[in-house]
Amino acid sequence: MQSILFIVFLPLLAAIVAGLTNKAAPSVFAKSITTGALFISCALSWPIFLGFVGGTAEAGVVPVLTWVKSGTLTFDWALRVDTLTAVMLVVITSVSALVHLYSWGYMDEDPDQPRFFAYLSLFTFAMLMLVTADNLVQMFFGWEGVGLASYLLIGFWFKKPSACAAAIKAFVVNRVGDLGFMLGIFGTWMVFQTTSIPEILEAAPGMTGATIGFLGYRMHTMDILCILLFIGAMGKSAQLGLHTWLPDAMEGPTPVSALIHAATMVTAGVFMVCRLSPMFEAAPVALGLVTFIGAATCFFAATIGTTQWDIKRVIAYSTCSQLGYMFFAAGVGAYGGAMFHLYTHAFFKALLFLGAGSVIHAMHHEQDMRYYGGLRKHIPLTFWAMMMGTLAITGVGIYDLHIGFAGFWSKDAIIEVAYARGTDLGQFAFWMGVFAALLTSFYSWRLMFLTFWGKPRWIESEHIQHSVHKTPEQAGEDTTGGYHPHESPVSMLIPLGVLSVGAVLAGQVFAPTFLDSEAFWNGAIFYNEGLIHAMHGVPVLVKYAAFIVMVTGLLGAYWAYIRNTSIPGKFVVQFRLVHRFVYNKWYFDELYNVLFVKPAFWLGRQFWQKGDVGTIDRFGPNGVAWVVAQGALVAKKVQSGYLYSYALIMLLGLVAAITWVLF
Amino acid sequence: MDGFPILSVMLLVPLLAAMACFLVDARTARMVALVATLIDFALGVVLWCSYDIGGAQWQFVEKANVFSGFSYALGIDGIALTLIMLTVFLMPICILASWESVTKRVSEYMAAFLVMELLMIGVFAAQDIFLFYIMFEAGLIPMYLIIGVWGGDNRIYASYKFFLYTLLGSVLMLIAIFWMIQQAGTTDIPTLMQYDFPASAQTWLWLAFFASFAVKMPMWPVHTWLPDAHVQAPTAGSVILAGVLLKMGGYGFIRFSLPMFPEASAQFAWLVFALSMVAVVYTSLVALVQSDMKKLIAYSSVAHMAIVTVGLFAFNVQGLEGAMMVMLGHGLVSGALFLCVGVIYDRLHTREINRYGGLSINMPKYALFFMLFTMASVGLPGTSNFIGEFLALAGIYQISTFVALVCTTGIILGAAYMLYLYRRVAFGEQKNADAAAMPDLNAREWAMLAPIAAAVLWMGVYPESFLAPMRADIAALDARIARAAPESDSQLKIGTPTGKIANEIAHHEEPGEEGAH
Repeated sequence: MQSILFIVFLPLLAAIVAGLTNKAAPSVFAKSITTGALFISCALSWPIFLGFVGGTAEAGVVPVLTWVKSGTLTFDWALRVDTLTAVMLVVITSVSALVHLYSWGYMDEDPDQPRFFAYLSLFTFAMLMLVTADNLVQMFFGWEGVGLASYLLIGFWFKKPSACAAAIKAFVVNRVGDLGFMLGIFGTWMVFQTTSIPEILEAAPGMTGATIGFLGYRMHTMDILCILLFIGAMGKSAQLGLHTWLPDAMEGPTPVSALIHAATMVTAGVFMVCRLSPMFEAAPVALGLVTFIGAATCFFAATIGTTQWDIKRVIAYSTCSQLGYMFFAAGVGAYGGAMFHLYTHAFFKALLFLGAGSVIHAMHHEQDMRYYGGLRKHIPLTFWAMMMGTLAITGVGIYDLHIGFAGFWSKDAIIEVAYARGTDLGQFAFWMGVFAALLTSFYSWRLMFLTFWGKPRWIESEHIQHSVHKTPEQAGEDTTGGYHPHESPVSMLIPLGVLSVGAVLAGQVFAPTFLDSEAFWNGAIFYNEGLIHAMHGVPVLVKYAAFIVMVTGLLGAYWAYIRNTSIPGKFVVQFRLVHRFVYNKWYFDELYNVLFVKPAFWLGRQFWQKGDVGTIDRFGPNGVAWVVAQGALVAKKVQSGYLYSYALIMLLGLVAAITWVLF
Repeated sequence: MDGFPILSVMLLVPLLAAMACFLVDARTARMVALVATLIDFALGVVLWCSYDIGGAQWQFVEKANVFSGFSYALGIDGIALTLIMLTVFLMPICILASWESVTKRVSEYMAAFLVMELLMIGVFAAQDIFLFYIMFEAGLIPMYLIIGVWGGDNRIYASYKFFLYTLLGSVLMLIAIFWMIQQAGTTDIPTLMQYDFPASAQTWLWLAFFASFAVKMPMWPVHTWLPDAHVQAPTAGSVILAGVLLKMGGYGFIRFSLPMFPEASAQFAWLVFALSMVAVVYTSLVALVQSDMKKLIAYSSVAHMAIVTVGLFAFNVQGLEGAMMVMLGHGLVSGALFLCVGVIYDRLHTREINRYGGLSINMPKYALFFMLFTMASVGLPGTSNFIGEFLALAGIYQISTFVALVCTTGIILGAAYMLYLYRRVAFGEQKNADAAAMPDLNAREWAMLAPIAAAVLWMGVYPESFLAPMRADIAALDARIARAAPESDSQLKIGTPTGKIANEIAHHEEPGEEGAH
């Protein structure tokens, strides 16, 4: 159990050493120690996870240091390891180690490599602190720590204004969620008089009948607490309303997108809901909200994914949508299903991002899929890796044979369990999930077809034009412009290979453990026996629903992007308004700009110029100064130096005094 | 340590050094000031180490009667101890910050700072209410001179504004002090803290003290002196102003208003909450639109000090300890941020944010420190300010969820204005050639920033070192004011548990159970 100390603190140590030496040492130094530390962490994590799979490991807590003792509000630094943590440990350390390795190749030409690797390791440390937290405040520490790392990495290329803007946006939008999280912690502590997660979870069922005042309203205690905490989860996991930062976060280098904005950090919200699942089970309204937000996000993000041109943005919206699946799975009570999808998604989504990075690397930093095409033969290994990822995310598998890629196992289980839940919200989630699965299949294959099939359209790209020093006119017939995409170096291909294995096998191997084994979870999450039985008993058509829509989406994409490539253009012309609405991301950014950003600056200027300067200073100090100055003018006139005026004043004073005394 | 008058020595060292400064040339004056402040810091460490946690409430007590009840009485509890530590820690750094940037009247400048240190320690260590008042008010004079003589272009306006604002409150406080001594028959602060003033008198006494402390703090709407004072003050002046002088307001509340007038404090708690809520939102938004770095940080100070006031008037241990931690954390962090501004001001002589940009490229070490302090100011867990803000907001949540909600928006707005500042200064392209040519931190600047960075992280990771000495004093204060604590708006009612889980699944074998759900 003590190995958890090394797992968590080695990345921190590596980050500090690499960050402080920075450019004083050759970049290979920073790269080696950070990557080395991560591989050691990874090697130490898998035995822990396999111990829980095999049923030999036991949950435990390793205390580290006292943190805060303030009256009854106490919390310490401690590392908790149980099944849920173990799952997250392998996801985080494996993906992080692979992303470190991948970055050797991807960031090879960047002058700031030590800083990049230090940030990556710092992120890993914060994420590990989050998942090993034994109390809510340490979870919040990790929560904010990953936020910081995310901010730094999105803004890694800080000379680009768009990267800076995206970094700030990510941090600030997350802070909106954190507001909810913080209030949730305050409320939880006030109700339970502890921040220790096990103690809270134990006491939660006893609070199902409790009510509490909040902002002047009386509410069910557990509902309001869980809703506040869930607002935090919505921010971190980019759920509908607080999702706007995630697509912009793609400004960061692609390995960052794979690690932070696909596999690990954005799943922290799902992790939190699962970690606190006994608490959420005491809050029906809050869980209803979780289900609704999850289902809505999964549909909404998928629609946007079908229209974007930037390869990374498509995958980003896809992530947003898949997180929605996890949330509504948790909302209907299938925490094991949510965690399972988190687990498989980490592999195939990291794979898709790293694959996209490999394509971008091959295409001279061009990210627009309109300028790809026909890459299948030029970068075959990347193509096959992306293929595995696509087969996994779309959920290819054959139900009757019990064989399929990772997404087949996890996503289909979620869709089934939503149906099995049997409530109206469950039905809503089911239909949203099925429709989103259709769109998932469509946009995933659209990405594949645009990138790897068809004729090269490379010369249209400015990046390629820079590379080959030709304009499209000069290139003439040759739409490649004479550009030769090159396959990525070995350091990038190894992670793709390893993750491909995960994308193929993770579902097949671990499905029984994650979905059906109460012994595996061993109390780490709330296990709903009845729901799992119901999930296995859903009608056959429900079981095939995901398969049917998957094939439909594939055929649709094939038809539109291979057979008859004029269809998308015609569609856009025909449904101009719908397309504009979806293509512009449902106008969330514009709306928030008008509602929050502009008013904040306007109010700031008003408060400053009209409030501070125009009112407080004008009538305050400056006003007093003016009165004193005017008074001085009057006084100056009185002090004229003429004897007769002084005599008059004396006389008046005398009269006044006598009057006062007499009457 | 028995019998050694360490507090008096801590007052004496800067006083003697200040006199010595007048006698020597500029270079020696700098050295004298640095050595004196370092000696005081060393004495502070001795003080901290020999402070007996869990021992007597008032330690290192010294008392000498002077005349008619007025006595030279010193003594500290845990609260005063931490604030004295903050003072002696920041002073050598201030001297270093003025090492090269102050070139005219160096001896006088150093003397002013040393007198300032004497008065600040005196404020926190005084056990006689007159002595406190003298120290508290006399502190205005050196600061007034520092701004007025060594300040920027508009220094006269700023120094007068500073002086008048703060003096106005003090006059009312003096009247209240006279009345209190008359009533209680003593000038001894510990005795006055136990004295129960009649509730009717508490109201006006509280208001009189409030007038003084609210200006010092500063609370909205009497905050407008602060941005001007900061902008015009030399770097070290800003550091001391933000780092220690603002804390005198909070110290005043915790030492006088709360223990001496508990009922009145409860009665006016909502006034404090209202002003603080306005301050958090209002000044944060104002900070967002500033184009002058110092003004931006000054406005952010007002917002942070509002968290202190809500914490203090939350009437519980978390609120009080949180408020103290915010004061300490903010003292370090805002001081460090002003130093960061000073570092680049010394190079380019402008505070205009737009004149900078892309400093991460030519000043990476500076960018790292600036990032750390920015994040600390934003209240990132693991840094000093998080502990304070978290505890203070947890404290106020127990009284009012509404106030807690409004004040917690500070974490969003704070992130917005600080990151926006950082982006414009350290990120982006190097658009100005002169800013791009600035060299990175030198050894002197390292020596200024690194100790603060270490303290910020220490306070964030292991705040127990700072919470432990003040724990008993806060508990005593909490016990004294508990009788007046306002009622919570939460009012948890446990009720009967339903015994159900949210996702209860009816078994298909028993359809009859369906109706029960």
